Formats: sequence, C-alpha cells, structure tokens
Amino acid sequence: MKRRLIFWVPLAVFSVVISVVGFGLYAPSDRAVRSGLIGQAVPDFDLPPAMPGRPGLSSAALRQGGPHVVNIFASWCLPCRVEAPQLDALARRGIPIDGIAVRDRPQDLAAFLAAYGDPFRSIGADTDRRVQMELGSAGVPETFVVDGNGVIRHQHIGAITEGDMAAIVTAYEAAR
Amino acid sequence: MIAEAGLALLWLAAALSLLQLVLGWAALRPSGEAMLRAVRPVAVAQGILAGLAFACLIWLFLRTDLSVKLVAANSHSAKPWLYKFAGAWGNHEGSMLLWVTVLAMAGAAVALFERRLRQDTLIATLAAQAAIGLGFYAFLLFASNPFTRLTPVPVEGNGLNPLLQDPGLAFHPPTLYFGYVGISIAFSFAVGALITRDVGPAFARAMRPWVLIAWIFLTLGITAGSYWAYYELGWGGWWFWDPVENASLMPWLAATALLHSVTVLATRGGLRAWTIMLAVVAFSMSMIGTFLVRSGILTSVHAFAVDPLRGAFILVLLGFYIGGALLLFGLRVRHVKEGTAFEIVSREAALVINNLLLSVILGLVFIGTLYPLVTQALGQEISVGPPYFNAVAGPVALVLVAFMAMGPMLRWRRDELKALAGRIAVPVLLSAAALLALVILAPPMNWLPLLGLAMAPGVAAASVAPLWRRNLRRTPFFIWGMVIAHLGIAVTLAGMASESAFTKETLVAARPGQSVAAGPFRVLFQGVTPVVGQNWTAIEATLVARRGEGAPVALRPQARLFSSPPTPTSEAAISTWWDGQLYIAIGEEDEQGRWQLRLWWKPFVTLIWLGGGLIALGGLLALIGRLRRERRAPA
Repeated sequence: MKRRLIFWVPLAVFSVVISVVGFGLYAPSDRAVRSGLIGQAVPDFDLPPAMPGRPGLSSAALRQGGPHVVNIFASWCLPCRVEAPQLDALARRGIPIDGIAVRDRPQDLAAFLAAYGDPFRSIGADTDRRVQMELGSAGVPETFVVDGNGVIRHQHIGAITEGDMAAIVTAYEAAR
Repeated sequence: MIAEAGLALLWLAAALSLLQLVLGWAALRPSGEAMLRAVRPVAVAQGILAGLAFACLIWLFLRTDLSVKLVAANSHSAKPWLYKFAGAWGNHEGSMLLWVTVLAMAGAAVALFERRLRQDTLIATLAAQAAIGLGFYAFLLFASNPFTRLTPVPVEGNGLNPLLQDPGLAFHPPTLYFGYVGISIAFSFAVGALITRDVGPAFARAMRPWVLIAWIFLTLGITAGSYWAYYELGWGGWWFWDPVENASLMPWLAATALLHSVTVLATRGGLRAWTIMLAVVAFSMSMIGTFLVRSGILTSVHAFAVDPLRGAFILVLLGFYIGGALLLFGLRVRHVKEGTAFEIVSREAALVINNLLLSVILGLVFIGTLYPLVTQALGQEISVGPPYFNAVAGPVALVLVAFMAMGPMLRWRRDELKALAGRIAVPVLLSAAALLALVILAPPMNWLPLLGLAMAPGVAAASVAPLWRRNLRRTPFFIWGMVIAHLGIAVTLAGMASESAFTKETLVAARPGQSVAAGPFRVLFQGVTPVVGQNWTAIEATLVARRGEGAPVALRPQARLFSSPPTPTSEAAISTWWDGQLYIAIGEEDEQGRWQLRLWWKPFVTLIWLGGGLIALGGLLALIGRLRRERRAPA
C-alpha cells in the first residue's frame, strides 16, 4: 500500500504548485521593490564597525536618542558620490546620520570618505547585504528616516539631490 | 501571400497533429491494426508542414514585410540581414512558432528513425507527441498568431531589442530549443511506455539516444547563453540566476539525472518508476519554464510580452499535460515490475545518489525560482537572488561532483569499499595537496570556491581513471564520452571557482591619459572617439593594456546607442589570455570630463565555457558510441 501511495506524491506536489502559480497570475502585482516596513520598527540587527576606530550600527542604537537618518551606501557606488554633498549638508544641520556600508572594504571606505566627505556618526558593515534586504532596500544608495522609537518613517530610493532635501528634512522634523 | 501561406500551413499542421492523435489512439485499440502504418507518415508530414510555416516567417523577416504585425513590431529595414533572420525568433510569437516547429520535427524524427521501440509503444509515443503539439498549435493560432496582418502598413518597423542584436542570438535560441523542446521526446516515450506497460531495458535502450541528443543541445545552448550574457550585458558575470536561466537549467538537471538513470535501466533493469518520473519531469520543467517566460509572471531580461491571458492559456495546457502524465504515472506505474536489486556499494548505488543529489539541486532551484510567487500569494513582494542560489545549490553541487568522481570507479551490482578506497586514493591525494597549497599560498577566500578549486584536479584525475590500463584505440566511444563529459565538469568547476576566488575588479572614473591597474595589467586610458555602425552610434574608448614587459594590447569597449529602437547598450571589450580574460566596460562621462571604467581581471574564467563544450562533446561521443554498438548488434 505504501509503495502505491508514493506514486501519487508527484501529482499532489504538482497540484499545489499549479494552484500557487495560477493565483500568482491573477493576483495584483507590484513589480517595484518597496519597503513594506514604513510605519514598522526596524528589524533587529547588530552590524560590526565598517572601519577600525569607528562605531558600528545596531538596531538598539537606533531606538535611542531621537530620530536618525540611516544612509545605505558603498564606496563602489557612483550615485553615492553624487549625494555626498547633500548628506554633508544634512550633517551640518545637526541631523545625525548613520551609515550602512554594503559589501565594502575598510581601505576603500576610508578613501571614499576622504574624497567625498564624512557625514557619518557611525558606519555598520553589511558585508552580505542581509541587513539591507531586511530593511526592504533594493539597492544603493537608499536613505531611511527612523524616529526615536526605532520606527521607520520615510524611505528615499536613489541618490539624494538638492530637490530631495526638503522632503528628508521634513520627515526628520516630523519624527522628532 | 507568404503570411497567408504560413498561416494555412500552420492550420494544416495542427489538423495533422489531431489526425496523428486520433490514428494513434485508434491503432492501439484491439481492432486498429490497419491504422498502424498510417501514424508514422502523418507524423513526418506534420513536421514538414510546421517547418515550412516557420520558413515562411523567416522569409517575411528577411524581406522586412511591414504589412505583417510581428515584423513591423520587431524588425527594421536598416537592420543587418543576420538580425533580420534572427529577429524571427527574437519575439514572443516567433519564438513560440520555433518551439512548436521543434516539437513537430522531433516527433517526425522519432517516426523516421526509431526502429528499436516496440511498435505499439512507438505509436503511443507519437500520439502523445501529437497531443502536446495540438495544445501548442492552438496556443499559436488562437493567442499568438505570428502571421497577423497590419493595416495601415507602417513606413518603418520598430526594430529589434539591441541587446538581442548579436551574432550569439542567431544561434543560441534555436540550439537551446532543440534541447529544451527536444526533451519532449523523453516525455512522450514515458507516456507511451506507461500506456502500453512497456517499461524495461529495451525501452531504455531505445530512449537513451534521444535523451542524449536533446541533452547535448541543451548543454550547448546553456553554455552559449552564459557566454552571451557575459560579454553582451557588460556586467562581468556569467550566470545571474535569472528566472529564464533557471528555466533552462532545470530541464538540464532533470535530463542529466535521466541520462544516468536510463543507463541503470538499460544495463541492469533497475530504477524503472524513477526513470519514467524523470522523463516526465524533464519536459515538465521545459513547459513550466516556457510558462514562466511567456506569461511575464516573473520579471526577467528574457521576457518579451507581459500578457496574463497568454499565461493562463499555457497554464491550462501544462496543467493538462503534466497533470495528465502524473495521473497516468500514479495509475500505471505500480504495475511496472520491480527492477533488479543491487548492493549499497555499487555503480547503481552511486548513480542513485547522483540522481538524488541532482534532484535536490533541481528542487532548490525550482523553489528559489518560484518563491517570489509564493510570497506574493501571501502578500509580500520578494526577489530571490544569487546569494540564495549560491549558498544552497553550491554545497550540494560539490557533494554531487565528489560522487560523480567515484561513480565510474565502482563495479555494477556490488563492489568492496576497500577496493574503492584503493582506486580513489590518487585523486583524493591530489585534491588534498591542492587544498594545502591553496591554504598556504593563495590569498584567503570563501570556503566554497576554495573547496571547488581543491576538488577540481582530483575530479579531473578521477574522470580519466576509467581509461587507466585500457587500450585507448579499442576503448568504446561511450566510455570516452563519459570520461570527457566528467572531465568537462571538473574543468567548469575549476573555472567557476577561480573566477569567484581570484577576480580583481577595478571601478574608476578616469581622464584620458590616466593609467589604471587591473590585476597583473597596467591599463592606459588613451581617450574616446565617436564611431558609427550600420544602425548604431557609439562612444568608443581606447585602452592599452600591458602585462609586465609584454607587448601592449588595445581594447575598445563601446557605449552604444542603437537607432531603432533608441536604446543604450554597453559593449564590453575582452582580451583573452591563456590564464584568463581582461574585461573592460565603459560607462558615462561625469561633469568633470572623467569616464566611468569597469575593469575586471578574471583568471581562468574561460574554463567555464571550455568545460561546457567538453561536456557537450562527451555527450556527442557517447551518442556515436551507442549508435555504433546498436548497428553492430541489432535488437
């Protein structure tokens, strides 16, 4: 009897697969990868320092001391160079910026920060992109505004241009 | 008139496939002997008609007949002739017509050349092939007609996606389709054998060459596609775990497993139900892959058209065919006799393990490919990328390769562990020495490429071991085939691991006159010049690479802008050396007059495709060997 049942397993598996696929075909679909985490607490993470002598970044740190701007970047990312002056301007306003460096190396990071400015209070090393994925971010650069309780309030995809500054500052002020 | 002729031919072919199905069914009834002789000619005629319909489409594209909707949407009079030709299948309708044509021709080939299969099984096989064809003819005629006319006739066509305007495209899809759709023969064989209850060694020996042919084309198609993506997309990678790449890999994995299990069935009479299952799964994966691509349900560089109605059509078709085959399997396979038993330490056992591991990899790739659909059903959008696939499939693949190295050293039926240990000693020592050398001498790397690099020499040695103490001139071709295919796996493994462990990537913004280091090279960026092609303009950079004191080599990567449709593409420049490739792509200019340059030094990356070629060559030798032996000893 056992031997007979096993021959029906393929059909059963296939039926499940085809129902899922059929559902997927007609379910409304949104092809842009968006953070589903706006309004939710940042996922738990604890990233080691990306450079020696600087603090790393953990979700615990984000839940303390007022709102934060979290910038996901990398030294190998060209748009990140474009947005560097805007991040510097934010830092000069006294807005704390925490960095998450994606798939980066300390020596490359140091060169990048030396060349394009260093607005970061702390930089966590996300070597395998896991935290980036958990934050619902699809690429670099991306910027999140997190309020004092560690809840994500705003997400900006791509380089921050002059024109995007107002939206980020507004989100930061609203999160206070 | 050509378009109307093509459409008429397609309708005729569809009618013949219906006739083939009905005749086949009638012939298998107790009183249907009279029909037996009609099935083969009908199958051949159907193949010829489908081929002619496809020829009509190519003719329309070569003439750039813009009164045909498909031509106007995908071609342009200013295109080089090769891309007019290849443009015939660089779109949804044309590629589906090619799909159906290959299906019909595969059926015709079986009708013409298959002489060993029991006649009733052959008839059932041809009927099954016709049943598949019928559904896909309906799909073409009702949902994807390639011959639809267009009024008013436009002055000019839209042109072909420039990424597809490459000599590689002219040959990659047909090669892949011969494998991808050709494996339908295995599916039909399995269905035929289940209908006539003819699962045994003779059946396996008849099926084997057909599986081999499809598998060779599939191997070649995947290898060529991987190289095309590598040099055409300008990302410097050779495999992206794109849904469509996975769609071609999954049938290959199933067909590879099938190739090995069918050998157990042919030689020892074992693995009967399993072999049938794999034959069904292999082509099912092809159909599911077709569905994934054609429905646009998963986002991919290969997706031509996003149309849920077409998706639903194919989904119904594959639900019917795969579901039907699995239902037949559940009903009939229990009547199949159990195969001959074997010991834990034996060639059969090694092949069973090989099959299980291949199936595990297949399952992991399948889950990874469909996972976004499942999470979508649960209300989340997720994409699954290379980190998942490399992390889960990589280790299993390494274990599989280890068993592949051992398998041919084992005897059929039963063997001794001690004897195996003696035979495997040299390869194991080789790998251990390589591992030691890598740990001491090479820079630190991930454990996966490290193990890959260490295993490659051992696996290569184990692969050629079956030739040890044999008279090489009298060694049968299929032994040579196995040796070379397994050697190809070792070579590919070395290439993949080396590429992953030793690639040096440099990303710079450089001014003309600046010099950049890339691996062992000094690369001088001399400047950029505009160049003009037949249907594109480009900015071409000139870079001179020098390795130590060697002669300078000029590389000219381009940032191209195609005129119809206007699309930018990146044409990488590649310089091939005996020990790797220097790969340079040019990006955009920034405000300060600096150009983005991406330089990669990829040591031994060419081994990946060389290995792929060896695997296919091994398949070809095995095929020749099997056919020769059959001619000498007719069944």
